[in-house]
Amino acid sequence: MSTPVLRAVDPGPLATIQDGGRRLWQRYGVSPAGPADPPSHAIANLLVGNPRAAAAVEFTLIGGTWQVEATSVRLAVAGGSFPISVDGQAAPGRRSLTLRRGQSLTIGPADDAVRGYLAVAGGFALPAVLDSLATHVRSGLGGLDGRAIGRGAALPLGLDAAPESPDLALDARELPPRRLPLRIVLGPQDDQFFPAAIANLLDTDYTVTREADRMGCKLAGAPLPHRGGHNIISDGIATGSIQVPGSGQPILLLVDRQTTGGYPKIATVISADLGTAGQLRPGDRVRFARVTVAEAQGLARQARTGLDGLAARLSPVGPWDSNHLDAGRLLGLNLIGGVVSAGTAGENVDACQLET
Amino acid sequence: MVSKTTDMPLPRILPAGDMALVVEFGDAIDPAINARTLAFDAAIAAAAESGALSGIVETVPTYRSVLVHYDPLVIGFEALSNALSGLSAGDRAAEPGRLWTVPTVFGGEHGIDLEFVATTIGARPSEVIDLFLSAEYRVYMIGFAPGFAYLGGSPERLHLPRRPEPRARVPAGTVSVGGMQAAINSMEMPSGWHLLGRTPARVFDLRRDPPFLFRPGDRIRFTSVEDATFRRLARDAEAGAYMPACSLS
Repeated sequence: MSTPVLRAVDPGPLATIQDGGRRLWQRYGVSPAGPADPPSHAIANLLVGNPRAAAAVEFTLIGGTWQVEATSVRLAVAGGSFPISVDGQAAPGRRSLTLRRGQSLTIGPADDAVRGYLAVAGGFALPAVLDSLATHVRSGLGGLDGRAIGRGAALPLGLDAAPESPDLALDARELPPRRLPLRIVLGPQDDQFFPAAIANLLDTDYTVTREADRMGCKLAGAPLPHRGGHNIISDGIATGSIQVPGSGQPILLLVDRQTTGGYPKIATVISADLGTAGQLRPGDRVRFARVTVAEAQGLARQARTGLDGLAARLSPVGPWDSNHLDAGRLLGLNLIGGVVSAGTAGENVDACQLET
Repeated sequence: MVSKTTDMPLPRILPAGDMALVVEFGDAIDPAINARTLAFDAAIAAAAESGALSGIVETVPTYRSVLVHYDPLVIGFEALSNALSGLSAGDRAAEPGRLWTVPTVFGGEHGIDLEFVATTIGARPSEVIDLFLSAEYRVYMIGFAPGFAYLGGSPERLHLPRRPEPRARVPAGTVSVGGMQAAINSMEMPSGWHLLGRTPARVFDLRRDPPFLFRPGDRIRFTSVEDATFRRLARDAEAGAYMPACSLS
């Protein structure tokens, strides 16, 4: 029996393995990595019954095509309205699907997200590097040999067969909100800027430039003039930090950021809005709104409580099977209509019968 | 509150969003400020370990501040700020610094900027090497990349502006100077610093436990080796059979 794998027939432009992120090693210069949009990553995992920080695929723009080389796999896609198809047939989102050996999942582009998550029940059987499976491509750590998933790569699965439990679905109303403006807490180095810089940051729009990746997004807009120089003595960086180099144009730092840096950080995007920040794409316009630390921590509690309760609010659903569903639908049409068309519907029914 | 016995100014505590805060001890690259920073970092670890302080996720000590990543659902900003203000690090010494002896081959293919540095400061290449070897370096902090140590203590004549354009790929083990600092590359990475030489020692090696050679507070002396020695030690390091000499002091 060969190792059960999910084959990356076509992983899209950039796909990496990400778990909840690499902790406890930042003091040694190791970036946390992890999902750019943590709530979406958690939802994909919860839909397949995993712990929410389990390792899943983070894909970019297009999810590509993945083939099952195991008895069966339960999987789910989250992050946006990515169209999903199984063996070329459209399949529903916001739920898990159970695919058999040889079946392929194809994930198209979404108009409301740049990053999506493909989770599999049981996760991926990959070795932890510095206690995590998260891929940090810049330093070559984690995931599949520290690299992005290549075309044809085999992702070893934790399970050879999907769990016996029913598939799970998520009501659309349960999706975490994507909201702008992005809420920020000023600091730690807001005192290094002129009041005009704070005013510009809070009162004007910024546009996401083409220089946007998992490390950070360069923004363009009204300049943020420094009071003194644009160099500080290098200190620690938090995810969501907005650092301002000499150009006066802000850079919003995301999960692949370095652990330390030498530019002043005018503000920090609050944790509840990091998922939204991780879905920004070039051309997007961004506004920032100031909140206090206490407010941000209240919002963090709300967001975490929401995610904590999500597993309990998923509904069991019957198995989705392209063939059965389609045959049933067509059969229904025929019964109601009373007429079997000689056109395409009939041919589809025949095709289904041949397969089943 | 624990009373302060030190005459150092109280640290500043600044929010870095809702999940981290900065405890800042000064605004200079200074061994005493760095030592105080590292002692405070050790005090946080001890308080978290003993259960006196909860909600700490991890800390990142730097030149003159500690970034504290914490869980705001366990402890809020105000409560943590108060707890940290009352944490006495004045009489607590950080782990004793270790002194490493790091063999380095200078110039040639290993240190392509040695001639440039010599010309710039009006010295012979051998004088640049002697100058570089004359200093004892302190590991102030680790950041930028896994295991990348920022070294302070380089002689003033070697304080040079960084290159206008960084080099895209500089190999692991490269020994360089930039600004007031020196560094040993922990992995292949871009660098805008001036490359003087290369050490066979592996600063970052996942096969080792711990994988990182240096800790903040460690001290480093470089020694000059010939190319043949460098190659022999590099082969040993490749096989996982070479570590540079280290003494506690």
